[in-house]
Amino acid sequence: MSALRLVLRTQPSLRAQLLVPLVAVLLTLFAGSIMFTLLGKSPLAAFYAFFIEPLTTRYGIGEVLLKTGPLLLIAQGLAIGFRARVWNIGAEGQLLLGAIASGALALQFEMSDSKWVLPAMIVVGTLAGAFWAGIAALLRTRYNANEILVTFMLSSIALQLLYYLVTGPLRDPMGMSFPQSAMFGDAALFSPLLDGTRVNTSLFLSFIATACAWVFVQRSLPGYKLLVSGLAPGAARYAGFAENRAVWMGLLIGGAAAGMAGVAEVAGPLGLLQRNISPGYGFAAIIVAFLGGLHPIGIVFAALFMALIYVGGDMSLVSVGIPNASTTIFQGMLLVFYLACYVFVNYRLKRSGAEPAASRSTEVATDA
Amino acid sequence: MTELLSLRGISKVYPSVVANDNVNLDIDEGEIHAILGENGAGKSTLMKLIYGVSQPDNGTIQWRGQTVTIKNPAHARSLGIGMVFQHFSLFETLTVAENISLAVNGSIASLSKRITDVADSFGLPIAPDTMVHSLSVGERQRVEIVRCILQEPRLLIMDEPTSVLPPQGVDLLFATLRKLAQGGCSILYISHKLEEIRSLCDNATVLRDGKVVATVTPTEETTQSLARLMIGRDIPVTRQQTASSDGRVMLDVNQLSHTPEDPFGTSISDASLSVAAGEIVGIAGISGNGQNELMRLISGESLLHSSGSGTVSINGSKVNRLSPEQRRQLGFAFVPEERIGRGAVPDLSLGFNSLLTSHNAGLTRFGFIRFAAMAERAQQCIKDNDVRCGGDNALAGSLSGGNLQKFIVGREMALAPQVLVLSQPTWGVDVGAAADIRQALIELRNKGTAILLVSEEIEELFEVCDRLHVIYEGKLSESLRTAETNVQQVGQWMSGQFLSSPRADGLQHFDNQKAAGDSQSPAQSPSPRIAP
Repeated sequence: MSALRLVLRTQPSLRAQLLVPLVAVLLTLFAGSIMFTLLGKSPLAAFYAFFIEPLTTRYGIGEVLLKTGPLLLIAQGLAIGFRARVWNIGAEGQLLLGAIASGALALQFEMSDSKWVLPAMIVVGTLAGAFWAGIAALLRTRYNANEILVTFMLSSIALQLLYYLVTGPLRDPMGMSFPQSAMFGDAALFSPLLDGTRVNTSLFLSFIATACAWVFVQRSLPGYKLLVSGLAPGAARYAGFAENRAVWMGLLIGGAAAGMAGVAEVAGPLGLLQRNISPGYGFAAIIVAFLGGLHPIGIVFAALFMALIYVGGDMSLVSVGIPNASTTIFQGMLLVFYLACYVFVNYRLKRSGAEPAASRSTEVATDA
Repeated sequence: MTELLSLRGISKVYPSVVANDNVNLDIDEGEIHAILGENGAGKSTLMKLIYGVSQPDNGTIQWRGQTVTIKNPAHARSLGIGMVFQHFSLFETLTVAENISLAVNGSIASLSKRITDVADSFGLPIAPDTMVHSLSVGERQRVEIVRCILQEPRLLIMDEPTSVLPPQGVDLLFATLRKLAQGGCSILYISHKLEEIRSLCDNATVLRDGKVVATVTPTEETTQSLARLMIGRDIPVTRQQTASSDGRVMLDVNQLSHTPEDPFGTSISDASLSVAAGEIVGIAGISGNGQNELMRLISGESLLHSSGSGTVSINGSKVNRLSPEQRRQLGFAFVPEERIGRGAVPDLSLGFNSLLTSHNAGLTRFGFIRFAAMAERAQQCIKDNDVRCGGDNALAGSLSGGNLQKFIVGREMALAPQVLVLSQPTWGVDVGAAADIRQALIELRNKGTAILLVSEEIEELFEVCDRLHVIYEGKLSESLRTAETNVQQVGQWMSGQFLSSPRADGLQHFDNQKAAGDSQSPAQSPSPRIAP
């Protein structure tokens, strides 16, 4: 009689909460080594190229930090919505809107050297991202349209909008018909942070956002209200926390963060509008948010790790010849393993025969 | 003869609170056996072991002479053990028949027929094509019972079934259970209601602190002797004192008419009531007659539509458009019927749950949570109300129903409200704790709080209320002084008779012609009509 079964915990385990992301990472590495072996590569060499090599050079570290910025920023915004069970999965589109709006502004003031150009771009881009998410909030609160579908579809629309603009109205007149805009003026660019790298001062935006998110989520009453709205809508109504406000806040905060990340991209490493603005940051940030346990501090580590996967993927392509798709595969495996492991935060494994307390009602509800 | 079910030395150790300690239990075929005990005595734990929800740490379970390990509820059902839970496990967005089809094989059409047959033969009126979300708790219980009966169990476990039923409903349920028992199905009946156990059960096993303290024949015991066995002391008697109201109206509902969005909800028509400071007013009625809708309008969880009319006033201010939070700032507090997911957030700690309605009571500053104050408030509430739990960090969902209710009632009382509205506050709470809650209500009233109490337990209403209204199909009767009426009259009014009765004070207007059609309650067995 040693059948194993899942048993609900009386309290979610803090230890499990900390262990889960680590175990998920280890499982991903293990599965990755199988994948590399099947590809005929030495797993050790591949891992070295993937996870160590980027951190051995100044340039590599710079690249990791460069990619940490948008991931961290977007994930912090998304996590706030996710805690309220508002599922914004269209951060990619909100990022693009932020990029488009701030890019259009930069092109408008191409010749300006005012120090206000960049702050104005940040504001406009952030608002544009929030606006794009706000469409989903409006449709959800007015017509009860599912925000998962709406935000996701709006991402496709945003991409098409970008394609149209860079091949039409915003195309560089001197650019030999390349589908891209003119270069932004210097006043519209973040200044470099480390010599010899592409990291720029927009990274500070991400850290400021992290600090704000921590205060909001862990300490503030509005953050608590948002959490209650997600966990128990009936209790939120009973307490008088407006349900629609949670939907609006969850989506607007996520959209604003993604829009700001879009500004950081175009006013950072890119310096112009083009067809490829984000290597899927908006989607990867969803994984980052969950991998970080929807906790502002956890998300910092998750963003660094995810950035490493991005950079490692590029580098190992060059040095070991691993296909570029391995980055996406790693991201996918990470999410799957994380979700699988997360079960153990609320449940524990027990040989049948002994188990913990818990007349939590869910235990009853799941088996009838 | 071998017993149907026999437990030997069953023990179950939990990390936090409850335990079963060396429990022995025997049940014969066709026997109605009571498990009697206070909240937290280990009754529900024991049932979960029998139903396979959890496994015992020690001891053996014998089913029809064979030692078995009941792996899970599905296994229990395949053995012939059915259970009706205190918290129902029905999908609200499905119909009755669809819900039952999840557990019983057969097409919806054939099931609907069988449901109607079983419902008729056991006197459990239920329409198979009704959506579950529109059913009252009492009706949902019927669905659960019908679902169990369709699986032809040899043992039916009922967890506090009457806590959701009106008096007439209890008789109906007992008739059903007796009929089942005569057919050879044994019934394990969990309750802390002594009168019920005396009138229904053949044998009773009394649990206290997880141990069997006695196995008795209930008919040979008195209510007092059973109570002593159960709680180890006599039941505290609520001290009723005459109200000393100064007549200042604190809660006023004036000619309220409202049609809820839910097409299956009950419309409120022309409801008027007022509660003065230092007065307890009760609303009697069978669940599903508009109590829920009326409460939501008073609490602010629902707002009047443009088609509705009337006013709700708290402390002299018209509050029709105010949110629950704004009403609370006028000195209003509310204990809702549902604990999990409405009165409390199951996935948050008790500390965070105290923040739910008390965040304006010094638990936040400039929009930031004061964690020390929050923990202190929760600990105080736990201590003052004898909430058995693992402390202020315990998740609300880990508490037993009665303990969570004590926490919620205590939390709302701690707000020192001027108007306190409670819906079924002692639902599923053990006798001792229920008496404590009633006592606290009376003390709060004596301090000048206006209290509105909605309950399906007539005895409870008579115990604490100064005046009583009866609600029936969304219509509210005039109020009766508790001292000048009796259980019988109120019981009859609960099936709509007040609609045709002569008016006592001329304040309220009832449509006499409509009354004849309304007086047939779908939920009732007909009771003799006596003109009040």
